[in-house]
Amino acid sequence: MILDIIDIVLLVFLVITAVAIIRLNNLFAVVMLLGIFSLISAVLYVHLDAVDVAFTEAAVGAGISTVLMLGTLALTGSEEQKHPHWSPIPLAVVLLTGAALVYGTFDMPHYGDPNAPIHQHVANRYIEKSGEEVGPPNIVTSVLASYRGFDTLGEVAVVFTAGAGVLTLLGHGFVSRRKRHREEDEIQQEVRELDLDEADIERLEEEDI
Amino acid sequence: MRRKSIPRTVSKILAPFILLFALYVQFHGDYGPGGGFQAGVIFASAFILYALIYGMDNARKVLPPSARRILLGLGVLIYAGTGVVGMLMGGNFLNYSVLLHDPLHGQHLGINVIELGVGTTVFAAMVTIYFVFAGQDRQ
Amino acid sequence: MSFLENLGMPGLFNYWVVIFLMMAGFYVVISRGNLVKKIVGLNIFQISVFLLYISMGKVDGGTAPILAEGITSYSNPLPHVLILTAIVVGVATTALGLALVVRINEAYGTIEDTEINDIEKKVEDAE
Repeated sequence: MILDIIDIVLLVFLVITAVAIIRLNNLFAVVMLLGIFSLISAVLYVHLDAVDVAFTEAAVGAGISTVLMLGTLALTGSEEQKHPHWSPIPLAVVLLTGAALVYGTFDMPHYGDPNAPIHQHVANRYIEKSGEEVGPPNIVTSVLASYRGFDTLGEVAVVFTAGAGVLTLLGHGFVSRRKRHREEDEIQQEVRELDLDEADIERLEEEDI
Repeated sequence: MRRKSIPRTVSKILAPFILLFALYVQFHGDYGPGGGFQAGVIFASAFILYALIYGMDNARKVLPPSARRILLGLGVLIYAGTGVVGMLMGGNFLNYSVLLHDPLHGQHLGINVIELGVGTTVFAAMVTIYFVFAGQDRQ
Repeated sequence: MSFLENLGMPGLFNYWVVIFLMMAGFYVVISRGNLVKKIVGLNIFQISVFLLYISMGKVDGGTAPILAEGITSYSNPLPHVLILTAIVVGVATTALGLALVVRINEAYGTIEDTEINDIEKKVEDAE
């Protein structure tokens, strides 16, 4: 019963955080709440026996993601503008989709049921044979690296692409492009304001300024 | 106010332990939770902590752009290379059982090598993305 | 019987709460105009989808899928593997999305989509 109470309390925290993220306008607070959301979900993963996933979510979601968003907020503004009028269409779409999904869950097996179909075929074989065929005690590592090695190769390629993509989009970024263009425009503006005609230009070139 | 000596000292003391913990997570992915992804991110977080406290110029000296770019591609190369080595030794692509004399030892070696590749690429990608974001000029 | 079934609710309460979180994230994406807030909403949606998958993989009375002496029932390791990949792909997508937001800010000077639409319309009218 204690475990169920932990479940309910964590889910209630998640719901409160999500509602707060919807309502707030200060983007700094929103990013911090996203980090908290990520960390509470990592605790929930531990409660659901997914220790590898909890480790990754805490490191990647609550760590790297928060740092990157704060870096973005430092480069752009940190307040969100309020919309003058509120349209009911997004709420209607969201309620319809939610109702359809809840209707779909009535076909699902109950939470925690050991006789659910997904526990019967492939997963059983992995759990029984992983010790003799692959070796490591951690079944998740053996499935990730050996049984499903192709997927992990694709995942590493995606991470590589993300790094290469960010390098392409933002470059090494010592001086931003707009500032450089602005400086060039300013120099051209000053030259035009001096209003030199051809005789002046020849005289300046002879004096070698 | 003193020149921010508390964060500087604490980060200098903590950084080796963070790196050691990342290596522990990398090599103990077989026996407990862990593996390449988590280890790469924790390794990157040590460098990000250094960059936050000591500034981007010092961080660029510690990890120059050429090192970041080489490590980014090296991880994928190690991973795919293990698969090709498996093909060269007679099995299918990414079949680790043929890498050594014994299938179980071959699997162990194959898993460790590819987790190393995964950790390298994840580390290089996280560090690259952070350095690019932090190196931008503010408007 | 679990605590919730004693209260009369069927064993689907977890899934309904997760669906509520998914819809909250979806609402942030479609109703707010600020680009960074849209990416935050996308992240909330992603985390709730992962929660749905991991909740489906839990077995009553099982433990974490690490082989140990004396344990007979393990939770299903297959959703863990899929979600591990999905989390890393999610952070890669978030990083690229944030890089695009920074570039958009450099080009237009703002990250609210109504203001970007106005600037685009002015450029079109001027041409």
